Amino acid sequence: MKIMTCPINGPRPVSEFYYWGEVRNMPDPDTCSDDAWADYVFNRNGAPGVKTEWWCHNASNTWFIAERDTEKDLVIRTYLYGEQR
Amino acid sequence: MPWRLLRFATAKKHPEPRMFTAHAELKSSYDVVIIGGGGHGLSAAYYLGRDHGITNVAVLEKGYIGGGNTGRNTTIIRSNYLTPEGVKFYDQSLTLWQDLSQEFDLNLFYANRGHFTLAHTDSALRTMRWRAEVNKHYGVNSEVVGPEFVKQAASMIDLSCGGHAPILGALYHAPGSVARHDAVAWGYGRGADMRGAEIHQQTEVLGIAVKGGKVCGVQTTRGFIATNKVLCAVAGFTPRILDMVDIQTPLYIHPLQAMVSEPLKPWLDPILVSGSLHIYISQSARGELVMGASLDPYELHSTRSSLDFVEGLSSHMLDMFPFLSNVKVMRQWAGMADMTPDFAPIMGKTPLEGFYLDSGWGTWGFKATPVCGKTMAYTVATDTAHPLIHGFSLDRFRNYSLTGEKGAASVGH
Repeated sequence: MKIMTCPINGPRPVSEFYYWGEVRNMPDPDTCSDDAWADYVFNRNGAPGVKTEWWCHNASNTWFIAERDTEKDLVIRTYLYGEQR
Repeated sequence: MPWRLLRFATAKKHPEPRMFTAHAELKSSYDVVIIGGGGHGLSAAYYLGRDHGITNVAVLEKGYIGGGNTGRNTTIIRSNYLTPEGVKFYDQSLTLWQDLSQEFDLNLFYANRGHFTLAHTDSALRTMRWRAEVNKHYGVNSEVVGPEFVKQAASMIDLSCGGHAPILGALYHAPGSVARHDAVAWGYGRGADMRGAEIHQQTEVLGIAVKGGKVCGVQTTRGFIATNKVLCAVAGFTPRILDMVDIQTPLYIHPLQAMVSEPLKPWLDPILVSGSLHIYISQSARGELVMGASLDPYELHSTRSSLDFVEGLSSHMLDMFPFLSNVKVMRQWAGMADMTPDFAPIMGKTPLEGFYLDSGWGTWGFKATPVCGKTMAYTVATDTAHPLIHGFSLDRFRNYSLTGEKGAASVGH
């Protein structure tokens, strides 16, 4: 079974977690062009590599960041938003 | 080893012809280079030769032909989709499927079984009615049936599904079929080869050369090839190729797993699908139950399979068919599905001149193999998107005009 480490609850089975996609910066909707907005809404960085992603531990509703290698299926580290060292 | 056998094995001339020619060298240039020797790529090579007379074609495959998602799907063929674009497209594919064995002179084991999409809730039943009406409007044989009809077609089913997900009805699609998937790749490969296309296995693409906004060649592990037209048909590897040409798309990769049971006597004729229980099941010609569930819940570029998957799928399978409790799971595997946000493919021309895309085939690509080849061959040959794929262009994401294909398999809606 795959294990994900929740920054609050420690190592738990990955089935207790939900994946919410890559951490991305939202452009300012009032000032950005339609093209830039469409790019933000739809386009994704689909190639494999180390990605910084939002995850949530469902049982405790803990939202956090995971750095994960999407090619090797490895969780490199996890931390709460804003607590990256 | 007997001398005669040894002589046969080492003879240059085999009495039995190989499926296709092995070419020792790549040529220095081709009219069209197709990246990806799966069903889609080989089918495009086939129709380029047959319908458009373009035979100076190379199909580059980094592994072996049909070893990707062509050989990893659950072989279901149907056309009861939800959007008009989808229904017209897949129905054309179904028509092509029916003649393929004849055309290839190769038995694809195409078996017309009938296809049920089960509804366990009122809202699912409502979507079935909607789908049935869209289907009928476009001449596709599709209707909503009651639970008794399902029971008649699959007598071993527990209609209450363990008491917690009773079957209220189903969308019945009589033309639903299964076929042998690797035979499809081999059939198209042989047909393309006979018409002059070259199939190069163990040949990986490392880069795509662009000059003045146009494609001018492909760098491979076996040298450089000059070409003005490249068709990319690589399913789960699409984002890696697109990185080489800097084209942005919404594609993201999730594994899709499947498994088969040990062989059983024939007991299940139709193909059954349940969105609520995340099941699809059919019985192969060999008697194995071919089973799939839904996409893995997070992005991953790997074909590893997991115990979580087998446990989850088996438990749902027992809700529907309790008598399978003693049947063993024999094999499990995964493929890399290239998903789009609206569950419709991305096909046609791209912002880069001479670079054509056949992608976004997520969990619905096998059944589309013939029509993809046909429409992409047309698109590449004429440099104009085929009318059947207008709804699938990459532009739709820039223009906020999504296709919304809610009839796709293995995905929650």
